[in-house]
Amino acid sequence: MALPALPEGLVVIVKRECETCRMVVPVIEQLNNGSLPVNVYVQDDPAFPESLSPIHDTDLSISWHYDIETVPTVLHIENGVEVTRTVGWVRDEWHRVTGQTDLGPNLSAFRPGCGSLSVDPDLVDELRVRFGATTLSARRVDIAEAEDVFEAMFDRGWTDGLPVIPPTEQRVMRMLTGTTRQPTEVVAIVPPDLVEITVEKVAINAVMAGCKPEYLPWVIAGLEAVCNDTFNIHGVLATTMPVGPVIVCNGPGTRAIGMNSGMNVFGQGNRANLTIGRAIQLIIRNIGGGRPGEVDRATHGNPGKLSFCFAEDEIGSPWTTLAESRGLSRTTDAVTVFPGEGPRCVVDQLARDPESLTNTFAACLRTLHNPKSVLAFDAIVVMGPEHARVYAEAGWDRERVLEEIHARLQIPGSELIRGAGGIAEGVPERLNGITLPKFRPGGLLLVHAGGGAGLFSAIIGGWANGDVGSQPVTKEVLP
Amino acid sequence: MTISGTSSMNRFVLDPTNERRASTVERVGRPESLRGLTVGLLDISKARGDVFIDRLEERLSEMGADVKRYKKPTFTKPAPVDLRHEISINCQVVIEALAD
Repeated sequence: MALPALPEGLVVIVKRECETCRMVVPVIEQLNNGSLPVNVYVQDDPAFPESLSPIHDTDLSISWHYDIETVPTVLHIENGVEVTRTVGWVRDEWHRVTGQTDLGPNLSAFRPGCGSLSVDPDLVDELRVRFGATTLSARRVDIAEAEDVFEAMFDRGWTDGLPVIPPTEQRVMRMLTGTTRQPTEVVAIVPPDLVEITVEKVAINAVMAGCKPEYLPWVIAGLEAVCNDTFNIHGVLATTMPVGPVIVCNGPGTRAIGMNSGMNVFGQGNRANLTIGRAIQLIIRNIGGGRPGEVDRATHGNPGKLSFCFAEDEIGSPWTTLAESRGLSRTTDAVTVFPGEGPRCVVDQLARDPESLTNTFAACLRTLHNPKSVLAFDAIVVMGPEHARVYAEAGWDRERVLEEIHARLQIPGSELIRGAGGIAEGVPERLNGITLPKFRPGGLLLVHAGGGAGLFSAIIGGWANGDVGSQPVTKEVLP
Repeated sequence: MTISGTSSMNRFVLDPTNERRASTVERVGRPESLRGLTVGLLDISKARGDVFIDRLEERLSEMGADVKRYKKPTFTKPAPVDLRHEISINCQVVIEALAD
């Protein structure tokens, strides 16, 4: 909607409910006797102030479009353009804006104003729709009076099996306040159907997932991170293996939006963790067209395919962060996506020295997907704080921990060839004489997270790695 | 407080889908015989898919088909558009072999 025009001269926006507005009525009357024309717009009572023939800002259009946050606000309009304004009652400011002197001689020099009705929390969502929803281009889907809106969304196939929040204009407009990007901006091309997705469609699905507006930049970054040939969400979705996008979040923003990096980090109970990942999966479904039993051919899948998203515990970590290890600064908000299965627990309650604990990690990692599988799959080690402390006390940094694990996972080909150990699975016979590493270089990612009590860690197993499959991708979260 | 001129509770939601309508493509009729036809065999690059495709090639050749072999660079990604185009212009029939 175009900016509604204001008359030339001085424009004062008031509401009767505001004591400061009532106090400045004599001042406005003083202004009215000056050289500049004066027009008063009132938000609530159309007759206030009677002496000044007010114009009623009936639908708050003027207040909304001129970003009035406080009443009274005085605007100076010249040639149809606002040249300056002041809010509340500050005598010097009124003098500056109006060009007059000796205003309100009997008043104190200063009195703060009141909140404008156009930013009243009870009204703001409705106003945002009234004046902004025309920018939304998504099809409006009518829900019959007799229809239960939640059931209607299940019936249309829009959900992941759990109820979703109805994406009304109000909610979607509120969600869009979480980003500076335009609703029409294209964020990504979403597999498997390879469809362009706009910020608006991201916001619609984020509402459905239960996100708050401040999560939206994280959803957008996560989506950018998975929708490319490097991460290959098409393959991650289509595979018969039980993997989905695991989203590890870094940076001060994780704390600002209240993400969980501590107790029960992979579990229930945290809105940001559970809805950011869910929004991305809903987008793969609703925009990309990727549904279980169709392009998604998973033999078992895993519960994390609803949402597997968590933050690294950076404050309590003895190490650099995952995002730092991938080239970003500690103060940058970022997501790293990894094609992962559900987490498994590593128990070692007796190790108090780093060598012994590393032996446990190596032994557990050896079994990943198959004890005889090598080089094919990456993994994330999510180190619990009590395990990390053992390394911190010994002075092992992130690189040392990973090197020592790798050193213990150099496996003789004789143990890996097909048939060895009575297991048909394995590498070809010709590799019998050589030693093979369990993980490719860089194939182990280390993250610090979990509750403060418990000598446990977790392993998240990956999927076909490298160019033939999927590579982890890190993206900066932008406002 | 309500604002004059605003609507009551919405009874609609915004469409979260891509709003595309799937186009339907007519399936090509089944050939009476494979004799003289070019049959493309697409290996998706999964382990042991070649075992299956080798056998298919033998059988199809015995039936008089002209067999052409193709291979995707990786089973995890869709066949590149150039490969799909090449198959479409060279073959009358195509068989895509999965593994596992």
